Amino acid sequence: MARNPLRPARFDDLGLRRVLGEGMLPLLVAAMAFLAALAMAGVVGARALAAHWQEGAGSALTVQVPQPGALVDGQSRLDRALGVLHATPGVAEVHALSEGELADLLRPWLGSGAERLSIPLPAVIAVRLAPDAAPPEQLAVRLAAATPGTLTESHDLWVRRLALLSGSLQGCAWLALAMVAGIATAVVAIATRAGLAARREAIEIVHGLGATDGYIAGCFARRATGLATMGGLLGAVAALPVLLALAWLAAPFAGARPWTPDGPGWLGLLGALPAPLWLALPALPLAAAAIGFLTAQGTVRRWLRRLP
Amino acid sequence: MVRLEGVGLQYRPSGAEVLSGLSFSVPEGGFRWLLGPSGAGKTSLLGLLHLTVRPTAGRLFVLDAEVTNVARRALPALRRRIGMVFQDFRLLPHLAAYDNVALPLRIAGRPEGQIRADVTEMLRWVGLQKNSGSLPAALSGGEQQRVAIARAVVGRPALLLADEPTGNLDDNQAERLMVLLKELNRLGTTVIVATHNDTLIARHPGPALRLDSGRLLTSG
Repeated sequence: MARNPLRPARFDDLGLRRVLGEGMLPLLVAAMAFLAALAMAGVVGARALAAHWQEGAGSALTVQVPQPGALVDGQSRLDRALGVLHATPGVAEVHALSEGELADLLRPWLGSGAERLSIPLPAVIAVRLAPDAAPPEQLAVRLAAATPGTLTESHDLWVRRLALLSGSLQGCAWLALAMVAGIATAVVAIATRAGLAARREAIEIVHGLGATDGYIAGCFARRATGLATMGGLLGAVAALPVLLALAWLAAPFAGARPWTPDGPGWLGLLGALPAPLWLALPALPLAAAAIGFLTAQGTVRRWLRRLP
Repeated sequence: MVRLEGVGLQYRPSGAEVLSGLSFSVPEGGFRWLLGPSGAGKTSLLGLLHLTVRPTAGRLFVLDAEVTNVARRALPALRRRIGMVFQDFRLLPHLAAYDNVALPLRIAGRPEGQIRADVTEMLRWVGLQKNSGSLPAALSGGEQQRVAIARAVVGRPALLLADEPTGNLDDNQAERLMVLLKELNRLGTTVIVATHNDTLIARHPGPALRLDSGRLLTSG
């Protein structure tokens, strides 16, 4: 039998390559890493979509001015309201809806006769606030003072609902991530225990030769870390195309331009994946390695306490 | 080197005492036969001296250190100074002869370059330099025992324990093994050999510890 006299010290002295093989453990860890990648995509996606939607809804106001043509001090109520809005710092955009635009808004409820309504309609002004704007309540007070009866609607309710939905989705994703990490830990622990049972005699021999707990646990930890890293890498690679597809599908909802084959090319598709996921994917093998190392160390050291 | 003061051993708290009231000492560089019928407690006594079992009564000193209640983490360093030879060899079946012999040195963290020189010398000493790459399964019983001896002494132990080391060997191999043990003893290693082999004892007379039913009958 060929022997390499220069082989590294502590090179598989316990014969763990045979009992902790390259079959099930890496595959199970790969499956966990794949699921973890999806869960992380859930966290990042929910956060990004919520931020995008909240940014739109949170900064928007709708102002309704009843009797817009009525004069107050020689000025129409609509013009007075517009004057207040233009004079208010932090108001980024003011747009008074035309009669046609109002009719478009009402058409889904009133049908094609929306333009021919005889009832008086209020003027509607769409307002977009800058991020540093004062709270909408202050603006509402000023508008009501200038043009009594004016209604100001902020989209607080929707913002709160979106925040709640986003928080719930992110919570579920974090929970899924924690469960995946727990299952990966259990898988490594079970494999390590199987290895301990299979190599019990060898462990007792090296223990008798003066091996410390650290030495024996290190043998197992090196093997488990290697296999878990391999699994984490496989899972991350397998998850990449799935995440790219999800990013492509989600791009329109997040306000990004969807990727098309005649657009910026396949590299452009890579750009569709949010930056946090590009950081998280390489972290998967590292996390798997950490789980493998710590779980094997803990399992073996606990088991070794039975030896004197 | 080795001292026992009223040492007793129970494997289970409610079980019978396997060893009881043992008191004797073996000086540094001494040699002792450990004799007694099967079940007398020889292997248990060697387990105590090898620090793989803790006494449940009395005080035990090994390598001049009291180990009765010593912290568990302190034991590996002491074990590395003790060589142990078993009747069933206890070689690691997946490691070649070379790697089995190198194991104690690797455990001790010795550099691979030093390990090669020492292991090669040790395999030559036991006449197995040509079998260094062989797995235990490819070696005869005598060859496996010589690998086990080489593994036990490659770290230059201060104390060498042997539990029926000739049990699986023929007379020639047993005699050769005893010559190796005697030579180690002559070089200063304290040696304790448990055996049933009367022929061997007759050929190599020496002081003996006699056990029966876990009690010491004679010492010296």
